[in-house]
Amino acid sequence: MTPVIYIPDDSGALALGAEKVAKAVQAELAARGVEAKIVRNGSRGAYFLEPMVEVETAESRVAYGPVSPKDVPALFDANFLAGGEHKLALGPTHKIPFLAKQTRLTFARCGIIDPLSLDDYRKHGGLAGLEKAVAMAPTDIVKTVTDSGLRGRGGAGFPTGIKWNTVLNAVAERKYIVCNADEGDSATFADRMIMEGDPFVLIEGMAIAGIATGATKGFVYIRSEYPHAVDKMRRAVDIARQGGVLGATVLGSPNAFDIEIRVGAGAYVCGEETSLLNSLEGKRGVVRAKPPLPAIQGLFGKPTVINNVISLASVPVILDKGAEHYKNFGMGRSRGTIPIQIAGNVKHGGLFEAAFGMTLGEIVDDVGGGTATGRPVKAVQVGGPLGAYFPRTLFDTPFDYEAFAAKDGLIGHAGITVFDDSADMLKMARFAMEFCAIESCGKCTPCRIGSTRGVETIDKIASGVQPKKNLELVTDLCNTMKFGSLCALGGFTPYPVMSAITHFPEDFKPHPVREAAE
Amino acid sequence: MMQPASTQAPEDVVARTAAVIADLSGLEGPLLPILHGIQEEFGFVPNESLPVIAEALNISKAEAHGVVTFYHDYRRAPAGRHVLKICRAEACQSMGSDAIAARIQQLLGIGFHETAADGSVTLDPVYCLGLCACAPSAMLDGEVIGRLDADKLDEIVAEVRS
Repeated sequence: MTPVIYIPDDSGALALGAEKVAKAVQAELAARGVEAKIVRNGSRGAYFLEPMVEVETAESRVAYGPVSPKDVPALFDANFLAGGEHKLALGPTHKIPFLAKQTRLTFARCGIIDPLSLDDYRKHGGLAGLEKAVAMAPTDIVKTVTDSGLRGRGGAGFPTGIKWNTVLNAVAERKYIVCNADEGDSATFADRMIMEGDPFVLIEGMAIAGIATGATKGFVYIRSEYPHAVDKMRRAVDIARQGGVLGATVLGSPNAFDIEIRVGAGAYVCGEETSLLNSLEGKRGVVRAKPPLPAIQGLFGKPTVINNVISLASVPVILDKGAEHYKNFGMGRSRGTIPIQIAGNVKHGGLFEAAFGMTLGEIVDDVGGGTATGRPVKAVQVGGPLGAYFPRTLFDTPFDYEAFAAKDGLIGHAGITVFDDSADMLKMARFAMEFCAIESCGKCTPCRIGSTRGVETIDKIASGVQPKKNLELVTDLCNTMKFGSLCALGGFTPYPVMSAITHFPEDFKPHPVREAAE
Repeated sequence: MMQPASTQAPEDVVARTAAVIADLSGLEGPLLPILHGIQEEFGFVPNESLPVIAEALNISKAEAHGVVTFYHDYRRAPAGRHVLKICRAEACQSMGSDAIAARIQQLLGIGFHETAADGSVTLDPVYCLGLCACAPSAMLDGEVIGRLDADKLDEIVAEVRS
């Protein structure tokens, strides 16, 4: 049997040199006259081990990593093609602790299969959900999604089934499924990983959404910062069309559904659903007032399901294994699993899919292994640029929508950025305001003007100008932005700012040393 | 290789713009794909393209201008031969990207949103490349780079200057 070597072409692996490793492996195969098949898989998500090279042995897949091109000859000398011993050997891949501890439902195939092989996808359980869906009544599909307890994974946490039901009941000659792949939050890369590592699962989820709601056209709006994901999705859509998954007869059923890939143009605010719809229509990505809800009047004024990538990619497993199976994971009103992205200054960074309910401390300390620099963890920002900074004293908070809300935070798209004790929280609060000013769409005043005034006021605090008065002013401004902004950009920027002020007051006190240094 | 703006005759821009529009105008909501196509064609979005787009899509020139200027990606002038994007977002900041940003500006002798005088490189900020578990990160001419450090910055500088 020809040996099979897996070398990821996920962006994260590429950023760490996977392409050079693949070239070195090819060169070594040629030089040694050895025959082997190289599969460019997605990433398993353990970025601290990337580029992670795997080989198929009789028992299981065996991993080596992180591999650099100069390690390649030695790997061949160690007979890694048969799972030979080497200092980079990690043993059977599924037993690597970071991976073994996960519950992979949405990411079950990511990093395992050839992302662009529909056969491989089927062999690993793909299309089973869609096959069930084409034989079901739309109301039953929607009921299954509702019963599963799936909530929008983009950040808002709105029940997916309820959104679908509104679109199903809306009467129109044309309806749309829009996938929000404008994953702009720092610390998040789950959407990118699934689009690069298992694109068919997103296509399958969108097709199910189409059949469930009566929509025949889907758009995936991918941010331009993700060129590899754009390329993978475009090729996957072509393959799905050729394979009869998309087109006039989805899997031979009377249902028509097709998908078009669209690329954003560098505006963070287009991750907000109504702004994204305007952008798709070819307008400035300005936020729309709601109501009307996109489910009633969305893209081109038509009823539209707009869901995050992970929400849609979680649908196939729900249809395949049933609502109960999915619902049995999790806690409280947060059901199923969540792909947690552990990022920033962390030793074991990567994607960790688990049932809701792990504590923040377990995620950061046990899974993440603390900081990369080895210094103490000072703060973690949960939920991207609009999420709150949590100190260690809140590390007992369970990963759950309501539990985070109760601590004045949010889980958002489940990205966590870890900071060590060198972080200056005043600087981070200032950055939150600055980012909001750069990315504001400009429609509403609290966001457009408030963010700029916020930067100026925090600068005054930093330089010791009436710090107490100016802190009160920032607090008041945050209150205005939170309750007066049209969307989450202006409305949630107060989360990082206020949490920094609340939990790290020492960083907002006059600091003679810092001023002297500047 | 794109040409500098000054050497392009307006009628040439109009014809090439019209060709891009002809390929894409059948799409639903075609404006962003058309602008991406024009930027690919010219390296930036020339002013002379805007009336052609406005006419073809039956929108005002002001609307076309409004869309072009709303999005960070669309350039109004040609970029350098290389485009370097350095991530400035939180996860990269937690791994020292502010120092990386300061150093690259010093090494290249330009600030963000600027192009080197010899046209070799344009330096842009980017807010997240989705490489947050291997921060700090950058993108050079569409190629992703993780765990940036002083050595990798030197390699980047050597590449853009070569």
